[in-house]
Amino acid sequence: MAKVFERTNGLTTKPFHYCPGCTHGIIHRIVGEVLEELGVLGKAIGVAPVGCSVFAYDYFNCDMHEAAHGRAPAVATGIKRVHPDSVVFTYQGDGDLASIGTAEIVHAAHRGEKITTIFVNNAIYGMTGGQMAPTTLIGQKATTAPYGRDEDHAGKPLKVAEMLSTIDGAKFVERVSVHNPANIRKAKKAIKKAFEVQLSGEGFGIVEVLSTCPTNWGKTPTESLKWLEENMIPYYPLGNFRTPEEVE
Amino acid sequence: MGKILMKGNEAIGAAAIKAGCKYFFGYPITPQNELPEYMSRELPKVDGVFLQAESEVAAINMVYGAAGSGARVMTSSSSPGIALKQEGISYIAGAELPCVIVNIVRGGPGLGGIQPAQSDYYQATRGGGNGDYRHVVYAPSTLQETVDLVMEAFDVADQYRIPVMVIGDGMIGQMMEPVEFKEPKQRDIKPKDWATDGTKGERDPNIINSLFIDPQELEDHVFKLEKKHEIIKQNETRYEAYNVEDADVVAVAYGTTSRVVKNAIAKCEEEGIKVGLIRPITLWPFPDEAFEKISDKTKGILTVEMSTGQMIDDVKIAINGRVPVHFHGRTGGMVPNPNDIVEEIKKIAGGENNG
Ligand SMILES: Cc1ncc(C[n+]2csc(CCOP(=O)(O)OP(=O)(O)O)c2C)c(N)n1
Ligand code: SF4
Repeated sequence: MAKVFERTNGLTTKPFHYCPGCTHGIIHRIVGEVLEELGVLGKAIGVAPVGCSVFAYDYFNCDMHEAAHGRAPAVATGIKRVHPDSVVFTYQGDGDLASIGTAEIVHAAHRGEKITTIFVNNAIYGMTGGQMAPTTLIGQKATTAPYGRDEDHAGKPLKVAEMLSTIDGAKFVERVSVHNPANIRKAKKAIKKAFEVQLSGEGFGIVEVLSTCPTNWGKTPTESLKWLEENMIPYYPLGNFRTPEEVE
Repeated sequence: MGKILMKGNEAIGAAAIKAGCKYFFGYPITPQNELPEYMSRELPKVDGVFLQAESEVAAINMVYGAAGSGARVMTSSSSPGIALKQEGISYIAGAELPCVIVNIVRGGPGLGGIQPAQSDYYQATRGGGNGDYRHVVYAPSTLQETVDLVMEAFDVADQYRIPVMVIGDGMIGQMMEPVEFKEPKQRDIKPKDWATDGTKGERDPNIINSLFIDPQELEDHVFKLEKKHEIIKQNETRYEAYNVEDADVVAVAYGTTSRVVKNAIAKCEEEGIKVGLIRPITLWPFPDEAFEKISDKTKGILTVEMSTGQMIDDVKIAINGRVPVHFHGRTGGMVPNPNDIVEEIKKIAGGENNG
């Protein structure tokens, strides 16, 4: 019988700790597959964040470096400068990247640091129990926004892909989602391109991936996928914001 | 190679490069700017990398990444900048990575001033970062000693997989003295087979990490670090001491302050007062053993610092109540005056200041 699906060698056999229905797992799988397909596992060095994906260092089948909250792009910079031929990526949540680590991501992009960032936007702080993130939608409830996010009080949600696409050093910027199979395929394509941009030495690449947090959104996994589609995509439009011509 | 006249900050850079440091990440702050400037000029010539980070927070995390990937790496800053680096230093210590951090101390708290001070003693020896960690702290008092210790710092960092801090005050950074670059002693440095430099498909993945969610695992890790700290205490504690055994008064001072204190001691000796000196060269580990030689008959210890009194806590712990401990300090960028120190010593020797 023909095998149609198997475990990617880009991931270890360690079982994920993610909540049922959480799309962090899908995004891990995509990144693992891409690293394997590009044949770069042997020279990949990943940087894990602080957030629900803090244990990413146990899941990717390559050298991994755990970073302080928000500092992954700086750690990745140090690694890439020492090993310019390696393939360096950061995997970061929205609290990690868009709040405490905004300076680090902006400046890594600004320097055109030849790294790839996988930015998981689930519009909430997952790991610490559902507090408001910079990406929490207007009206969305969070444990620190019990009446729903109010623009007057907390500002509008930060659009990271749009913001980074204004920076010249950011050569590849795309926003994707993983709420259905068609979009998962598009997400994989974008992530692959982002790594190719690094491999060709173009500069910084980031893929913002809209992701669910059923646990802290207080929804079932399927309700969460629907909520993402109906609420997040209108505010965070999918699509490519920047691509160097060579990889188009 | 003979002696060459160099400015402190540049001599530190030269020593680092001689020790094989290839990577420098920093952010400008007075009074240490000549050091990153020197590195930006010289590192490209040896195929190294200088990168000016967007902040001290980023700089130390770049150091964290580079150290984890197996490089010899250094950063430097001055007091408020080191405060920002404490987060990263805690992670580097937790993940057991080697690196060298230079702090050319200026007055504080807050933005403070830009003149020499020693008011970061607590920050350096107690750790401004979180958790049970220690790192080696060297406090040189001459430029020759500074270059010797900077060169050795890289080896010590590698041997024990620990961050090493070299503390100089603004005076060390700014003054000029002749220096000679000598090979440090040979040490047992193991290959960095733990580094994240890519598996090349030839080994299992390496993980650099300071997270231990299981409390038992974290306790084991912290006790393992503590064991290493004990070995460092035994092997790497350094100090200069003289005339301690039969002194009327023992002065304790480090760095630039110790030079002023030596002048004061010479003046006292001319007047027939016997003054001993203990000059810690490592602030951590603190040279407790030097204090064992102080006789119970000594009238008192005088600790002199460019702070309101921080090292004095370690002096009191070391002498454990056997001899009274007095303090003379200037701070805010003021340097102690030898005549004032002579006055203090005379008071103690005359029994005026006891109890
Ligand atoms: C300096 C610091 N501040 C705060 C925390 C606590 N903390 C851990 S995870 C997290 C939020 C993570 O949220 P996000 O990046 O969105 O990732 P998610 O958990 O949603 O995947 C916070 C605030 C920390 N570990 N370190
Ligand atoms: S808390 Fe949310 S983001 Fe974290 S694993 Fe659970 S569902 Fe995923």
